[in-house]
Amino acid sequence: MDNSLLVDLSRSQFALTAMYHWLFVPLTLGLSFIIAFMETIYVKTGNPEWKKITKFWMTLFGINFAIGLATGIIMEFEFGTNWSNYSWIVGDIFGAPLAIEGIMAFFMESTFFAVMFFGWNKVSKKAHLLSTWLVAIGSNLSALWILVANGWMQYPTGMKFNVDTARFEMESFFDVLFNPVAVSKFLHTVSSGYVMGSLFVIGISSWYLLKKRDTVFAKRSIIVAASFGLLASIFLISTGDESAHQVALKQPTKLAAMEGLYDGSKRQGIVAIGQLTSGKEIGDNKDDFVWSVQIPYALSFLGFRNIDAFVPGMDDLVLGNKKMNIEPASDMLAKGKIALKSLRDYKNAQKVNDAEKSQASLKTFRMYEKYLGYGYLKNPVDIIPPVGLTFYSFHIMVGLGTWFLILFFFMLYYSMIGKIEDKRLFQKLALWSIPLGYLAGEVGWIVAEVGRQPWAIQGMLPTQVATSHLTSNSVAVTLVLFAVLFTGLLIAEIKIMLSQIKLGFKGA
Amino acid sequence: MQELCKKVFRFYVEGFQNMKVGKKLWAILAIKFFIFFIVLKIFFFPDILQTKFSNDHERANYVMENITQ
Repeated sequence: MDNSLLVDLSRSQFALTAMYHWLFVPLTLGLSFIIAFMETIYVKTGNPEWKKITKFWMTLFGINFAIGLATGIIMEFEFGTNWSNYSWIVGDIFGAPLAIEGIMAFFMESTFFAVMFFGWNKVSKKAHLLSTWLVAIGSNLSALWILVANGWMQYPTGMKFNVDTARFEMESFFDVLFNPVAVSKFLHTVSSGYVMGSLFVIGISSWYLLKKRDTVFAKRSIIVAASFGLLASIFLISTGDESAHQVALKQPTKLAAMEGLYDGSKRQGIVAIGQLTSGKEIGDNKDDFVWSVQIPYALSFLGFRNIDAFVPGMDDLVLGNKKMNIEPASDMLAKGKIALKSLRDYKNAQKVNDAEKSQASLKTFRMYEKYLGYGYLKNPVDIIPPVGLTFYSFHIMVGLGTWFLILFFFMLYYSMIGKIEDKRLFQKLALWSIPLGYLAGEVGWIVAEVGRQPWAIQGMLPTQVATSHLTSNSVAVTLVLFAVLFTGLLIAEIKIMLSQIKLGFKGA
Repeated sequence: MQELCKKVFRFYVEGFQNMKVGKKLWAILAIKFFIFFIVLKIFFFPDILQTKFSNDHERANYVMENITQ
């Protein structure tokens, strides 16, 4: 069996599923709150125009929710089939957050969803408004539990590896829940959803302004979405900063790849924009960049909150840096192999009931346990994620995030001074920023997940060990099936959305 | 209690009856769920450890073998 092909296909399939799923989720997260704001204005003012506005956006929310519903469940199928080793090993950790997600958030969301759509004129205004808010809160709570699980993969904490059950077992639920990586990841991810929701509302409203129809409804929608988008963008930047700080502390190889940094230094600058040197390898002394624009000291300060801090580069992390007390990766691989061997010895001793040897092996394993994942790697350079994909994805995400902040500012400013209808350039820019919002979300996931490679669980389990022993053909077949199925769903969503948008606010 | 159940039932029935775009969405949902849960889950995505082994002890041994090879 060609294991590398199997791993690549399994990863491609999971990436495809996750990326399609992530086309639907951010809009749900953001639009649910925007609808709640609009309905709150309706309830406060009693103005029926706000009811029409709310119902219009609620219909688009419903289309997105229905088409996207259960696309995430496919990832759970894949865990059981393609990633059976992984799902067994993490079952005890992931079981709790995912069960809570199912019971609490999904049911909360689904129950009040019916009231939100069917309850107009059947329940009181306040009860309806409460349902709308609870749908928004429920959607965001779903994201919390998923991101707690994902945060744990980036920084495993609150657990111990049980050598008899081959599982990471939870020792502290609160350590898992309040894992700093999970907290910053949750806040950054949901705020990116708020930005996406705002871009969607502003972009479609701008289309109405460009077409000179439903202008009153469109202008009101822009005010709500631009205000929310502007605040969300500021929050997004601050949570992104915290997220990068956590990466600097917990995943130094990911940070180095995000910045294309090979030779680390104190007072390290950050690359605002640049072109990586192609064919660059660890320790080859070539320049990191063909050209770049750097902001001096910024990476030391943003990464470690200290302008004098040393930021390790990929050369330091692979080859080691005695002066900065960074262990060479080759030493970590050697210790990982001791951990792996002692685990194997423990199991063999258990089989023949050799209590003395099993105790000695277990003791050795516990000494080297934290290096376990490194024992599976062949070469020290294997600790480095794909640099080009991580670097460019990160910089596209940051660049787009900055653009969205500027866009929200000007859309709100022109709306407040009553000139938004004249600003056709900004209307066009807003419309074309909708796909850019999706792009930013997707490249954000690439930074998080490709940047985590080679690990499925940081430092503990490499991706190639997490896969099931399947034939690569069977994975290839389901990969093609998904590509066709999910593309069909996406086309259906776009077609239904567009026909609903063409009907306009009066059709709501 | 019976009256409350009737009211909830009527709430859903009338809600579904008055749907416009929602009917198309329900059709898509039904097709999607059929493909996901009947076609994909049964024919393409068996839970390997659940189907191959009868208890957790066997599953643990199998995974341990895989990760210590």
